[in-house]
Amino acid sequence: MWEYKGRLSKYLDKLFMIFGLLLCLTGLAVITILLIDLFIDGSPRLTLKFLISYPSRSPEKAGILSAWVGSFLVMFVTVFAAIPVGVAAGIYLEEYAPKNWVTDIMEINIANLSGVPSVIFGLLALGVFVYMLGLGESILTGGLTLALLVLPIVIMSTREAIRAIPQAIREASYACGATRWQTVRWHVLPYSMGGILTGVIIGLSRAIGETAPLVTIGALTFIAFLPSPPISTEFPFISFRWLLDQFTVMPVQIFNWVSRPQKEFHLNAAAASIILLLMTLIMNGFAIYLRYRFRRKIRW
Amino acid sequence: MVEYSIQENLKAEVKNLDFFYGKNHVLKNINIPIADKKVTALIGPSGCGKTTFLRCFNRMHDLYPGNRYEGEIIIYPEGINIVSQSVDPILVRMKIGMVFQKPNPFPKSVYENVVFGLRIRGNHNRKYLDEVVERSLMSAALWDEVKDRLHKPAYDLSGGQQQRLCIARALATNPEILLFDEPTSALDPIATSKIEELIDSLKKEVTIIIVTHNMQQAARVSDYTAFMYLGTLVEFCKTEKMFTNPSQKLTEEYISGRFG
Repeated sequence: MWEYKGRLSKYLDKLFMIFGLLLCLTGLAVITILLIDLFIDGSPRLTLKFLISYPSRSPEKAGILSAWVGSFLVMFVTVFAAIPVGVAAGIYLEEYAPKNWVTDIMEINIANLSGVPSVIFGLLALGVFVYMLGLGESILTGGLTLALLVLPIVIMSTREAIRAIPQAIREASYACGATRWQTVRWHVLPYSMGGILTGVIIGLSRAIGETAPLVTIGALTFIAFLPSPPISTEFPFISFRWLLDQFTVMPVQIFNWVSRPQKEFHLNAAAASIILLLMTLIMNGFAIYLRYRFRRKIRW
Repeated sequence: MVEYSIQENLKAEVKNLDFFYGKNHVLKNINIPIADKKVTALIGPSGCGKTTFLRCFNRMHDLYPGNRYEGEIIIYPEGINIVSQSVDPILVRMKIGMVFQKPNPFPKSVYENVVFGLRIRGNHNRKYLDEVVERSLMSAALWDEVKDRLHKPAYDLSGGQQQRLCIARALATNPEILLFDEPTSALDPIATSKIEELIDSLKKEVTIIIVTHNMQQAARVSDYTAFMYLGTLVEFCKTEKMFTNPSQKLTEEYISGRFG
């Protein structure tokens, strides 16, 4: 009676385990080889001079100053556009919206929006921001375009974070006489902040690598100047003229270098890729840290 | 239809109350008086509607779609029907506090938990808040245990302490009626007896309505008891009478443990 009947299934079990492990290792190996290759190619070009030089016709003089400044400024605009809109939409859908067919349609649309290819967002932006609103091929346009792209991610992570708050907490707040807004402001928003910020950063680390929508709206690949400075010598000392300046970003610069025939430019592309990877890694690391911080502070 | 009258000052009166959730007729024609500064217990088997009834008093059902009240809950001395659609549920909840089945403190400090009701009423005066915290925690018999850790997270307290903190939070805004929804069902016997003592001392200040599964608890803490079954009120009378000489056969069967 102790004889093991399902011998074949036992072997299948083992077999699948080994198979799965191999597949995981393959994925890991591919990425590792890619990274090593990138580092071998790019590391000789990784100097301070590379970071503070403009693009140039001669590959050894070229750098990524305008690209990383552009990426940074575009992200800045994206953050300020996507967070308020996305968080407000998420709060509305979770805390205020009645459950009916209108909100159902909204939900389906938002879910679909996150699956729309990014180049479509670029076309939309070209039509609306560049031509209709006349914002030009500017940092503002770029930032708003990427904001549209990350909006579904921000909305969905906001909703998920809000949904994790137990209903008992809301009832406690309402039972104290709080209005909906007070409940949101004192409880829902503070307790879901960790999840929201994590979602925002993950959205941003997707946006920072986007090339297609920015090429569509005309992010130039050869920019040998910086946008106008945000501080001015005249009153009110803060200037927003940079918002309407032309720009380029890291992935567009990399794309440009890769498409050149000279091998030297490919090395530049590798070096810039390393920097871009580092930027994403730092952002993701920050997201993990934030999640950890907020999780530790809040327990139910 | 029995009209119940009692020889007390009335704090509230429930008249012909019906409550619907969508098409569900949950409460059917409830009529009871609520005596001022007394404890009224609601008992009955699971699903009889006692919690639903309790949550009518602070219009908690308004948070969810599909609710409909018919009839009246009149609050005295104003004589206002608080389940009327023209009355703002927020104003009702400002006057009628609630303590829930499971302790549900906010993930904030002990101090911030107690003053939340005041903060949302626009009260941020530090000195005043300090006073209220001390007074409320004293009334909730928690002050001595937490006075040295007012600014520590409320979640570090034990379950019983958390429940007393929730009581303090409800007391901080001087409610006229305090609703307890099976406040001890998640607590151990010692914590339970502390809450029961607390309810006994609180009735000097405030009218209390308590839902309980535990009939001994109803007998111990309440002055009046209402027995509900399948959404209707079966019997309402003084607690001693309910537990010694109930007038309805159904009540007697429930109290003697033959069903429920």
